[in-house]
Amino acid sequence: MTSSIEAQVLQPYKYGFVTDIESDEVPAGLNEDVIRLISAKKREPAFMLEWRLKAYRHWTTMKEPTWANVKYPPIDYQGIVYYAAPKQQKQLDNLQQVDPKLLETFEKLGIPLAEQKRLAGVAVDAVFDSVSVATTFKETLAQQGVIFCAFSEAVREHPALVERYLGSVVPYNDNYFAALNSAVFSDGSFAYIPKGVRCPLELSTYFRINAAASGQFERTLIVAEEGSYVSYLEGCSAPMRDTNQLHAAVVELVALDDAQIKYSTVQNWYPGDEEGRGGIYNFVTKRGKCAGRNSKISWTQVETGSAITWKYPGCILQGDNSIGEFYSVAVTNNRQQADTGTKMIHLGKNTRSTIVSKGISAGRGQNTYRGQVKILKGATGARNYSQCDSMLIGDKCGAHTFPYIDVRNSTAIMEHEASTSKIGEDQIFYCRQRGLSAEDATSMIVNGFCKEVFRELPMEFAVEAQRLLGISLEGSVG
Amino acid sequence: MTPAGAPMLEIKDLHASVEGKEILRGIDLVVNAGEVHAIMGPNGSGKSTLAQVLAGHPAYTVTGGSVRYEGKDLLELDPEERAREGVFLAFQYPVAIRGITNAYFLRSALNAVRKHRGQAELDPLEFLDLLAEKLKAIDSDDGLMNRPVNDGFSGGEKKRNEILQMAVLEPRLAILDETDSGLDIDALRTVAGAVDKLRRPDNATIVVTHYQRILNYITPDFVHVLSAGRIVLSGGKELALELEARGYDWVRAEAAV
Repeated sequence: MTSSIEAQVLQPYKYGFVTDIESDEVPAGLNEDVIRLISAKKREPAFMLEWRLKAYRHWTTMKEPTWANVKYPPIDYQGIVYYAAPKQQKQLDNLQQVDPKLLETFEKLGIPLAEQKRLAGVAVDAVFDSVSVATTFKETLAQQGVIFCAFSEAVREHPALVERYLGSVVPYNDNYFAALNSAVFSDGSFAYIPKGVRCPLELSTYFRINAAASGQFERTLIVAEEGSYVSYLEGCSAPMRDTNQLHAAVVELVALDDAQIKYSTVQNWYPGDEEGRGGIYNFVTKRGKCAGRNSKISWTQVETGSAITWKYPGCILQGDNSIGEFYSVAVTNNRQQADTGTKMIHLGKNTRSTIVSKGISAGRGQNTYRGQVKILKGATGARNYSQCDSMLIGDKCGAHTFPYIDVRNSTAIMEHEASTSKIGEDQIFYCRQRGLSAEDATSMIVNGFCKEVFRELPMEFAVEAQRLLGISLEGSVG
Repeated sequence: MTPAGAPMLEIKDLHASVEGKEILRGIDLVVNAGEVHAIMGPNGSGKSTLAQVLAGHPAYTVTGGSVRYEGKDLLELDPEERAREGVFLAFQYPVAIRGITNAYFLRSALNAVRKHRGQAELDPLEFLDLLAEKLKAIDSDDGLMNRPVNDGFSGGEKKRNEILQMAVLEPRLAILDETDSGLDIDALRTVAGAVDKLRRPDNATIVVTHYQRILNYITPDFVHVLSAGRIVLSGGKELALELEARGYDWVRAEAAV
């Protein structure tokens, strides 16, 4: 059965087109001059350049980590282009001045930016290679005092906020890829929700890598003031190319007293072909700090793309009674490798964390859950619930689970559940006997397996996630 | 539909094996619309294999013989095509699907069948109406509908669910694989009673069972005894009672002669 399923034709990656647009690139390679050039191109204040250089100097002393359960040839960091931007005549005042090719690109990706076609209820920041090309609904948001803009714009327009929070959750020297990002990050999104405001729209950033030899190093910072709420979603894709491209992003979230941040990701970078040629190396550092009492940060991720995924969105639960959540679906098909999970660091009293991880491996995919739950001395009454489920499709893939638990307060309550299941011939046959095709059966079984995660996604994106999952698994399953 | 004068199902000299081991060794059976056939026999005689082979389970390999169903070569069809053509297997061990509600599963299945028949697919509300009607027809309630498919169901609930699916999908040929196994006497009465209510002149039922007791509720027109992969004895409903009283050994002894 499995063999007949595996023999089915692979669905091609649907977002693999290249936009033919003139690009302003800095020469490949990395040194202090390149960093100065990037900073100058972005007309950054001095503190920003200083911070970048500090990060760069630290990075040169660091070694690339090797502990992850992934294999790839050495990355030539001097072969990467660290800044690529579509050529623009001058600073944009409005959307009419955006190159139509860019608007068309995002439209093809299902992210219309033009005024009349915008997604209702969702404000989008569109990032193309190293720069943000457009942000929708800025005025609507501004009425509530919500700032949502390109990171580079925030550096210029709101330097005090950026200086205060940048690196406050993920310091420039946090890890190898975060340090690299801190040195060269190009753009990304910035969101600030003022005290007591419930953000009226979903905020969303769509990242698109287009240029061939470039890396993408975006940085996102979201600050939720006391009693505010925001739901944020990121999506991404890249052209099909037979070389690997590095994507090393950093996301920092800060939630103050009684604030809530819900951060959802649908990651669909180009995964490479069946033989493992090409694809994005997705080496990302994401962390949220529940700085205030009763604050809550919730990560939901659906990871279907990338040749290699290395990411552990985590929460530092500093405020008393704060809550951290991590809901994840990670799919590896063909030769994809994923080493992903979370870190929940409990510092405050009565802090709670929930981890629900669903790993699906097909083809020759390797899927690793790696999670750390740390209960520190002062975290009296802390609780964690972890559930790690793996599903195997076929017999050439692998699932691995590495939970690390470190408890230093005897009042902590920890629960950990794990399961591994194989999508069974009998399960598929049962569905087929009721008239469903093998493909529909598999999609139904997989979606059922991921249900607890999908229901955490905002409605519009849950549908997209289910569809993506179907596409990612086509070819390896029936 | 079945061509005029031809039986609904005609099995000729059917041989099948699993993992290289031959289980069915020449089955001949004719089933007409409106009939109920009981297939009985000791453990390991091939009863369940016959049911699985008719439904098209990929683990079984047909090594010889033919099966015609409503004028078509049944063995040429994929399992889902057989299902859409009206062949239904009530599983001995229904499979659980986590995270998918019974109602969603059943509506998807029904719509796959309806699409094949050229009928319009039902939206969730239309489906609920149909479901209410079918539940009433078999004296059941909708308690199982919002639970995940067979997940955490008791043995009785699983079997009841199979019959409910059968009621909704309206097969022309239903094969019940040991539907009575694991049921207490009350559950048996409910489940078998429901099957009996679904009997119609244009459908046929094959009841695969080890015991006679289910046949108290579903009266068979024919009873066949399977032994070592062959039908060794056929008779009317009284044969089932005789088997119940005397066991299977005498049949085997006679068959060996």
